[in-house]
Amino acid sequence: MTERVATTTGLLPLPDPAKSELSDLKGHQKHDLISGTEGEEIAGAYAEYRREVIDDQQSAGLDRITEGQLRWDDMLAHPLTTHDNVDPNGIVRYYDNNNFYRDPQVRGDLDFSGDVADELDAAAEIVDDPADSLQAVLPGPYSLFDLASDEHYGDDADFFGAIADFLAGEVEAFPAHKTLTLHEPSLVENPPNEDLVERLADAVDTVASETDADVVVHTYFGALDETTYAHLMDADVEALGFDLVAGDRDETLSNITEFGTKDAAALGIADGQNTLVESADTLEERVEWFEDQIPVQEFDRLYLSTNTEPFYLPVNKHRAKLAAIAAAAGNVDAEEVTA
Amino acid sequence: MSRPADNRAQFRPDDHPNDSFLLTTVVGSYPKPKWLNRADDLVDDADSKFDEENLQEAHDDAARVITHEHERCGLDTVVDGEVRRNEMVEYFAERIDGYEFNGPVKVWGHNYFDKPSVSSEVAYDEPWLVDEFEFTNNVASKPVKVPITGPYTLGNWAFNEAYDTEEELVYELAELVNIEIERLVDAGAQYIQIDEPALATTPDDHAIVGEALDRIVSGIDEDVRIGLHVCYGDYSRIYPELNDYPVDEVDLELCNGNYEQIEVFTDPEFVPDLALGVVDVHTAEVEPVDEIKENIKQGLKVVPPERLTISPDCGLKLLPRDVAYGKMENMVEATRQVEAELDSGEIDLEEPVPTAD
Repeated sequence: MTERVATTTGLLPLPDPAKSELSDLKGHQKHDLISGTEGEEIAGAYAEYRREVIDDQQSAGLDRITEGQLRWDDMLAHPLTTHDNVDPNGIVRYYDNNNFYRDPQVRGDLDFSGDVADELDAAAEIVDDPADSLQAVLPGPYSLFDLASDEHYGDDADFFGAIADFLAGEVEAFPAHKTLTLHEPSLVENPPNEDLVERLADAVDTVASETDADVVVHTYFGALDETTYAHLMDADVEALGFDLVAGDRDETLSNITEFGTKDAAALGIADGQNTLVESADTLEERVEWFEDQIPVQEFDRLYLSTNTEPFYLPVNKHRAKLAAIAAAAGNVDAEEVTA
Repeated sequence: MSRPADNRAQFRPDDHPNDSFLLTTVVGSYPKPKWLNRADDLVDDADSKFDEENLQEAHDDAARVITHEHERCGLDTVVDGEVRRNEMVEYFAERIDGYEFNGPVKVWGHNYFDKPSVSSEVAYDEPWLVDEFEFTNNVASKPVKVPITGPYTLGNWAFNEAYDTEEELVYELAELVNIEIERLVDAGAQYIQIDEPALATTPDDHAIVGEALDRIVSGIDEDVRIGLHVCYGDYSRIYPELNDYPVDEVDLELCNGNYEQIEVFTDPEFVPDLALGVVDVHTAEVEPVDEIKENIKQGLKVVPPERLTISPDCGLKLLPRDVAYGKMENMVEATRQVEAELDSGEIDLEEPVPTAD
């Protein structure tokens, strides 16, 4: 019997009152964004809204609860843009959409930061039974490498390795958590070259080996190419995550048929970039479609979430999607979901 | 193919001082007077007596003031500064059936956009800009240009819940833009600018923009000047394809990048008229006249003077108001000086910008 786990990918939309309150407290310009050294008032506001989004996830009936990553002004680049040896510089486009982040220019050794561990410590105090439900979220080593600019290491392989080591150090400081999600959209959007793809599984293992939690490497914005997928399969993780909303999902199936997959999988079944709220039935159909296409394998566990990070969505639609996901996992009665 | 019309002459003022005529214009938006922002907020305040009628009056006053501010700078064609519009997608989405608003979404940092959703088929409901145009046209002594957000940007910068593809949505929106332009033309508008900033962010969709433009100009008299404004992109990815667009003029931001991309447009030959951005809207210093003159000459690398229009890079709304005014004033002065130099033969059209040797 396959366990269905309702969850999110993290990086949730900021509650609406937080948008104006925090922009008033922080300002609108590049230098006003989170640096990791924010004062008491700003930290207090984030603490309040962290509690709100954790409550939202718990009351929606999710099985895994993320901290929400509301402080991540630079989206997945956050663990670097808050690092002392990194200059967050010009504004650059975040993947193929109308969002922007500060380019993290790495100018010194990527030693321990602890920024994300502090967030998780705060979340662990609020989440019910954190060891069994807290889900940590980080960029995967390749995506963080891809989003950053190297002004220090001078060699792609060294820089990639340094980023994996940095993330591993951060994970080591995390409080007890049940799941660790590593976001790897860059594996789809800008796949690693021949040299880096050889190092991909090692880099993921470097990070994953620092936790006893189940590690999910989540991919989105489309399907992985065959070579990247084959190398990612060598990583010692519990599950790979797939974008089932993207138009090229048949290529995802073909990768799985060709190279197999892990005993568990994460399925991006609700569209994180469109306000159209899929009904719980539609989401269930997507899960069943996936299971039907892979008849040789019964999964131990399927994680169900949006395909992408959901910060692209307005808050009301995001809440409706969480409810539908929880219903698709069988956690709440679909009749109760007013999607 | 570009439209064959020579519809530029109608904007030449009777008392134009030079033989040469470089049409001066603006992209559209202008800093709102502070009091207007207060008025916009006040009408939402339940404790205030300030009502919609008062706000209408405030908008009229602001439109009158800004239109006249444009005229005082000496511009050949003017806009009301888009003072009645809140945002370039929201304003139209509020007036088109099929759109709904669900709340702000992040663009970057703490900058948000009330990104609308197309939740059902789009349809033309109330007029979008006819009242705005009629008011401005009544208070202006110069020809009025009407900027209108293009269908590609209206579609691409919204959530599409209702159509199978974004392309389908864009073409439906293009039909609505066509209706609006017909109404504007009936009301007397002779200069329309389609704003498509989204094209720069997704240049691979240039063919969709072209098809949408075909629908937009369908049935519009060739005497009506149709421009297209694009900004902040890698233009090599939309050129030379934009030569096939059915427009009279393409307005480009190039000053912000120090004309590094100007050579893109020199080969093959640029087909529509060029409206060249000659002042940067992202610097709060007013460029001196001499500097702007050199910028204008960059445009002569691409088109001859009789096909060159002069404009700021983009809307001026994020600048302090006095800086916006200063940029327009110096832009017009620089244009008139370049015209005089063209008349006297001081500018070598074979090599308008001397090479640095």
